[in-house]
Amino acid sequence: MSVLIFIDIADDGTVKKSSLEALTYGRDIAQQAGTAAGAVVLKPAKEDLAGLGKYGISKIYQVANDALKNFDAQVYTHVLAQVVQSSGSDIIVFSNNADGKAIAPRLSARLKAGLVSGALALPEISNGFVVKKSVFSGKAFANIKVSSPIKIIALNPNAYKTEAGDGTAQIENFDATIPEAKVKVIIVNRQSGEVPLAEATTVVSGGRGLKGPENWGIVENLAKELHAALACSRPVADAHWRPHNEHVGQTGGAIAPNLYIAIGISGAIQHLAGVNRSKTIVVINKDPEAPFFKAADYGIVGDLFEVVPKLTEAIKQLK
Amino acid sequence: MKILVCISKTPDTTAKIAFTDNNTKFDVNGVQWIINPNDEYYALVRAVELKEANPDMVIHLVTVGAADADALIRKALAIGGDEAIRVNTESEDSFSIASQIAAVAREGVYDIIFTGKETIDYNGSSVGGMVAELLDLPYVSLATKFDLNGNTATVSREIEGGEEVCETGLPVVVSCNKGMAEQRIPNMRGIMAARTKPLKVVEPVATDALTSIAEFSLPPAKAGVKLIDADNVAELVRLLREEAKVI
Repeated sequence: MSVLIFIDIADDGTVKKSSLEALTYGRDIAQQAGTAAGAVVLKPAKEDLAGLGKYGISKIYQVANDALKNFDAQVYTHVLAQVVQSSGSDIIVFSNNADGKAIAPRLSARLKAGLVSGALALPEISNGFVVKKSVFSGKAFANIKVSSPIKIIALNPNAYKTEAGDGTAQIENFDATIPEAKVKVIIVNRQSGEVPLAEATTVVSGGRGLKGPENWGIVENLAKELHAALACSRPVADAHWRPHNEHVGQTGGAIAPNLYIAIGISGAIQHLAGVNRSKTIVVINKDPEAPFFKAADYGIVGDLFEVVPKLTEAIKQLK
Repeated sequence: MKILVCISKTPDTTAKIAFTDNNTKFDVNGVQWIINPNDEYYALVRAVELKEANPDMVIHLVTVGAADADALIRKALAIGGDEAIRVNTESEDSFSIASQIAAVAREGVYDIIFTGKETIDYNGSSVGGMVAELLDLPYVSLATKFDLNGNTATVSREIEGGEEVCETGLPVVVSCNKGMAEQRIPNMRGIMAARTKPLKVVEPVATDALTSIAEFSLPPAKAGVKLIDADNVAELVRLLREEAKVI
């Protein structure tokens, strides 16, 4: 057995936080199975890749080719399959982020390798190969048994703690055949300086209780003070008060931050489904009967227009 | 031009989640079934909008499941689509479902294949990518926008903290995310028309599942909320810092 971890690189050339989690996770699988962990990088990286050895990675395959600046899941899958084959890896780890969701299923079909997407914990390998994942939009878990010789795991962001030690990885330039891309990226729009919602450790979220998009300033101020990402409920996104990518819930994004602060959100079951894996939930709502209080760790019953600015001020004073 | 929209059956968003047979099976007792919202609101409605702009377009729906899915397929046909195909087998895992859909797609030769971004029960987000690989087609995942200009599609996809706009030729497989379209309620005309639209039942191709569900479990219940007085936000900050240790 040997483990291969896909390292995802952000636009600024650094390794994404969710990939550091995948590296730690992959290393721990290798340790558990008594084998080595390697990694593969396809996008151009500015970071010192050898330094990633501190996550317990002995070898990093790097495919340095400008054609891979353009993300096309078909091309990436083609190249990854070559690395898997040449390295003889049989456990492949991705982060279950945007690019992971594009490539992991393709690689699974290409290699006839069973895929567990949205993994939450290390596999049980004593009796078969079983991985715990979130199902029913966070309302339950399932232990998935993978029966194929090669196994693919896509680890949910924020599900596994990053942990570094010492070490240097050996970099091997991998010479891959790269097919021509059919999907051409023409524009990348990214809100600079903001924390990506899926990776955020703290999320501040607003609902209909805010009464209108013009009132979002108080939510943004609190988020800024906490270095948090912004989210919202479905009615808010549907009314175009906030962009669709901030919608969390059953038909929006599913997140699992350390701290989720819900402001003026009643807590419909569909909303809870997207956020109930958050470690700590704070609910601020004027209605003491709001169902969200039943799913919360801490709650304040009160007028959000008074409570939220006070909370922002209290956090500011901590510093 | 032909579009194939993949439809799956999921428990209603408010369904009680419970398990039977030593936690190995989902308890279907009393569960209402719906069309997976991501398939319905985003994939199907966007396909219908494309056909409204270009009436020559043909939309086929495909689902993998037993006869108890037929009522939901009719409901999908009431929203839109010219005909439906049901692959007559219980769905096993993402790979076996993708293999069945790929077989239907090879037969029908489609220009566009839409799936929802994930089902709300299994949350795999995998079938679209697998179908694309099995058919050796390009794949754009988590698409929030899809526009056609002749035989070129311009697609926006969600990435961390933003979006990417890309161009691709056809045929293409796309998984559809919020933003693509809005939910539509079928009207009486659509419901009447759906009754006579063809619903073909085809037998499955041979395929192997690569994964199986060993056991389900439920998250531990919350200990209960600690309420803090609205005039005492400092206490909330203290608890978040000292007790929950999250700030």
